[in-house]
Amino acid sequence: MTRTIITIIALLAVAALFWTLVALGTPDELGAVSRHYVERGIIENRGANLVTSVVVNYRGLDTLGEVTVLFLSVTGAAFVLRRRERKPVDRAASKASEIVQTGAGVLVAPIMLFGAYIFLHGHLTPGGGFQGGAVVASGVLLLLLADRERALPHGLMSWLESLSGFAFVVAGLAGLWVAGSFLANRGVLPLGEWNQLLSAGVIPVIYILIGLKVGSELAALLDVMMRGEAVAGAHGSPRSPRHRRSGPSGTGRSRGGRR
Amino acid sequence: MIWLDGLVCLLMVIVAVTATVVRNLVSAVIMVGVVSLLVSYLFLRMGAPDVAMTEAAIGAALTTVIFLVALRRTGEGR
Repeated sequence: MTRTIITIIALLAVAALFWTLVALGTPDELGAVSRHYVERGIIENRGANLVTSVVVNYRGLDTLGEVTVLFLSVTGAAFVLRRRERKPVDRAASKASEIVQTGAGVLVAPIMLFGAYIFLHGHLTPGGGFQGGAVVASGVLLLLLADRERALPHGLMSWLESLSGFAFVVAGLAGLWVAGSFLANRGVLPLGEWNQLLSAGVIPVIYILIGLKVGSELAALLDVMMRGEAVAGAHGSPRSPRHRRSGPSGTGRSRGGRR
Repeated sequence: MIWLDGLVCLLMVIVAVTATVVRNLVSAVIMVGVVSLLVSYLFLRMGAPDVAMTEAAIGAALTTVIFLVALRRTGEGR
């Protein structure tokens, strides 16, 4: 009883705290930094799409940091989850239902194409490297859902990931070399222009790199998690018989919807 | 359309609170995904399609799947 009352009081306090934010409303005019970005963004950073210009150039170092964080977390997850040795599981048990398999066959290619479209057009339309990469990874997820034991090209994926991360840093250093600041987008590069795929200087290059990197990283993460899951039961834990039995017969149960 | 935004906000609060009290962990994970989807609608309404796309792809899709896989692996998903 006391606990409930305390909880309610705490929630009300938080609500009161945030109410000042609501009452503040949206500012009518831009602050100094925003105005600078809006007025000088295209000239300084070659991006017609201002959001992209901010994410990739004005705050490019932060984006590099985000990519690094993602890389480290995926590496950590792979390190923790990969330790079990792999055992060949029953191939028939790792396959999904006919509907999922056929649907995956039809949908995977358009999903991946859409992801590639998002990161290729990051400097023109909403979206960019992260979003496109996530869409590509969800295409890979569909593949994995359709066939748990599907062999992904791991060598290619890790090469893609390492090379694109490396190339991102090289692009930044090239900015340092040409225009005097890390990830600079000035100098001889073409000015950003709407409806022109080949514009906005180095932004599309960086977005393609980020898209490839994020896509391969998230796909590798999903692969490590789901593959480990298929093997988890076969490694001497007390639940192993139950796990293994749930393979072929578990499809009818409530959680079987994902298989 | 402001009433629809309000409805979505209300729905978000209800789903989020339900996710904390529901016994079945799989339902809770799905509800968290629903909150992500609703908040991505709100981002879109506020004119931030980039953020909305990220929220829908990462928050609603990938996070939900990773949570579900984690539940399966720890044997809590039944």
